[in-house]
Amino acid sequence: MLDQSYYTKTDEIIERYGKKASSLIPIMQDIQEVYRYLPGELLEYVAGQIGIKEAKAYSVATFYENFSFEEKGKYIIKVCDGTACHVRKSTPILETMFKELGLSKKKHTTDDMMFTVEMVSCLGACGLAPTMMVNEEVHPKMSPEKAIDLIQELRGENR
Amino acid sequence: MGTITVDGRQIEFTNEKNVLSIIQKAGIDLPTLCYHKDLPAFGACRLCTVEDDRGRTFAACSEEPRDGMVIKTTSPKLLKYRRMIIELLLASHDRECTTCDESGSCTLQKLAHRYGVTNVRFANTRERREIDSSSPSIVRDPNKCVLCGNCVRVCDEIQGIGALGFSFRGTDATVLPAFDRPIAETTCVNCGQCRVACPTGAITIHTSMDQVWDAVADPDTRVVAQIAPAVRVAIGDAFGMKIGQDVIGRIVTALKRMGFDEVYDTIFSADMTILEESAEFLERVKSGGTLPLLTSCCPAWVKLITDQYKDFIPNISTCRSPQGMMSAAVKEYYRDPERAAGKKTVMVSFMPCTAKKYEAKRPNSFTNGEQDTDIVITSTELIRMIQNYGLDFAGLEPQKADDPFGYGSGGGVIFGVTGGVTEAVIRRLMPDETPETLKMIAESGVRGLDGIKEFTVPYNGIDVKICVASGLANARKVLDSVRAGEKEYHLIEVMACRGGCVMGGGQPVHNGIYLTAERTEGIYEADEASEVKKPDANKPLLSLYDTFLGGKEHHLLHNEFY
Repeated sequence: MLDQSYYTKTDEIIERYGKKASSLIPIMQDIQEVYRYLPGELLEYVAGQIGIKEAKAYSVATFYENFSFEEKGKYIIKVCDGTACHVRKSTPILETMFKELGLSKKKHTTDDMMFTVEMVSCLGACGLAPTMMVNEEVHPKMSPEKAIDLIQELRGENR
Repeated sequence: MGTITVDGRQIEFTNEKNVLSIIQKAGIDLPTLCYHKDLPAFGACRLCTVEDDRGRTFAACSEEPRDGMVIKTTSPKLLKYRRMIIELLLASHDRECTTCDESGSCTLQKLAHRYGVTNVRFANTRERREIDSSSPSIVRDPNKCVLCGNCVRVCDEIQGIGALGFSFRGTDATVLPAFDRPIAETTCVNCGQCRVACPTGAITIHTSMDQVWDAVADPDTRVVAQIAPAVRVAIGDAFGMKIGQDVIGRIVTALKRMGFDEVYDTIFSADMTILEESAEFLERVKSGGTLPLLTSCCPAWVKLITDQYKDFIPNISTCRSPQGMMSAAVKEYYRDPERAAGKKTVMVSFMPCTAKKYEAKRPNSFTNGEQDTDIVITSTELIRMIQNYGLDFAGLEPQKADDPFGYGSGGGVIFGVTGGVTEAVIRRLMPDETPETLKMIAESGVRGLDGIKEFTVPYNGIDVKICVASGLANARKVLDSVRAGEKEYHLIEVMACRGGCVMGGGQPVHNGIYLTAERTEGIYEADEASEVKKPDANKPLLSLYDTFLGGKEHHLLHNEFY
């Protein structure tokens, strides 16, 4: 069960967009903005409030890669795998990062809730390929070695 | 309005919404997986793709007809496309056809055969998903899903439930309940209409046949059957008989041959329901009780109310369903040690309905904490049981159901169609049963396949306002309008399945062909052929009320909803 504060916050967000079916996506985005993920309980709650079926809400939420039902780590690392990044070898970067952090395509977040690694389609910085983002910060022209350095640096900040 | 040329023939059209329906009118059976007569065109399967005179190809279901169109439905190019679509569907499909429940009635299998798809060149890259058998009514096997969307759309648009949805996207797309929960933990009402609409074996009936064979083989068990009204008009055609023909006599014989000890007829307990429900209705009208009274025969409808319309729970009739009344009465009958003769009694209920499997397990349908209906078998399973036994069904000599629970009125028979319960109750309320009165009732507005029927019947100086709905999305509209104060009724009858129980989720399906009209006609014919039209004239029933049922009516025939 989520704390009551989650529902109070969600009520505020719903208020912002109005109780209608078309508000679903902006409401989900705002919830994810606040909690950095989309708690399933809140999606159910939103569906009930705006009058759509739960299965429909789930359908929309799973259609977009961007929505996540899993709690995310302190650092959300997005590895771009758009065409430009892909041809400039983004896959080895992702694999190195998975190996370094003990993650996989199924397991995105480290147990200490420090890192979440995701592959995304395009960050819109093709000229800087291969590109990565750590939270809001862009890291251009990456390589597997630079990725490991970056992770160690981030770990150091939290010692 | 206009004319289109289909394969060189001129076909006139009036208000057809799409090219597909005109092609069908021209007598051409264009393949489809996702086209459903009661739903807007979806255009998912692309199998109905046709070609025009400029070589342009398009899905016939999603194309508006224009005067002067010239269309080819079959050409080397189209055949190649169709085969390719089928091959791709088969590639990501669990092709263990021989052990699939739908084998033989699967649309995909038939299409593969029809188009001669004999080789599948691509490997199945879809991740295997768990089979969901959490529901007592249906089994979902996503590995056999072709993503046509029929179940999703029927559940949402016709039934207003929306328990299923498309989840994920692209090659990961899968039909799932919200959060991939077991279907039994959702708002699913067990109506089985998803299974009726499914063109493959992705949704099938949760079967209980082996339990029946075990019971029949046990000499210490008295195996008792009851057969619902809608079953008798839905199984003859599987054995080469006329579609919609009433075959109750042969079903009785078949069950006796299989080793059933007693075979009773649910129209007997439907008569009980009429007596109990009309008494309850009059009592509520007289004493100012909660109105409108909502019928309680349909377990899917009842679950919709108890899940989502809790404020209407006091409106639900306390009457058990005919299945429940029969089981409770029969079990009580054999509680008498002399009648029991040392055997335990197992009640097997033959129903057109998947939700009845759920109802049998619903604790408030029990008596003294014991489950009254032990096993529920759908019409589809009954056909298979007859086939298991190797009976020449059409050649069987019909016989009558057993006393004392085997006799019923025409009013009990018509429970199988939408409006039937209401019509039977009105018959009960009317002072006589002359042909004129019966005709007046039949023409009051209670019959017909409209999803929502409203009409008024005069009774004892009041105008009884009645609403009859079938299809739960229609039921929702009715309840919403009552809740909003826009409508006022005395009685609301709802059957979850469009057309009533004859189109129940447990009935045999025919590749998207709906036999509503034939089965409905079969029910009304059986009513006409019945000796008595209303339960007041059912002498075995009345004598049972005078003897062992006396004083136990509330205990055995009613239940509370909360």
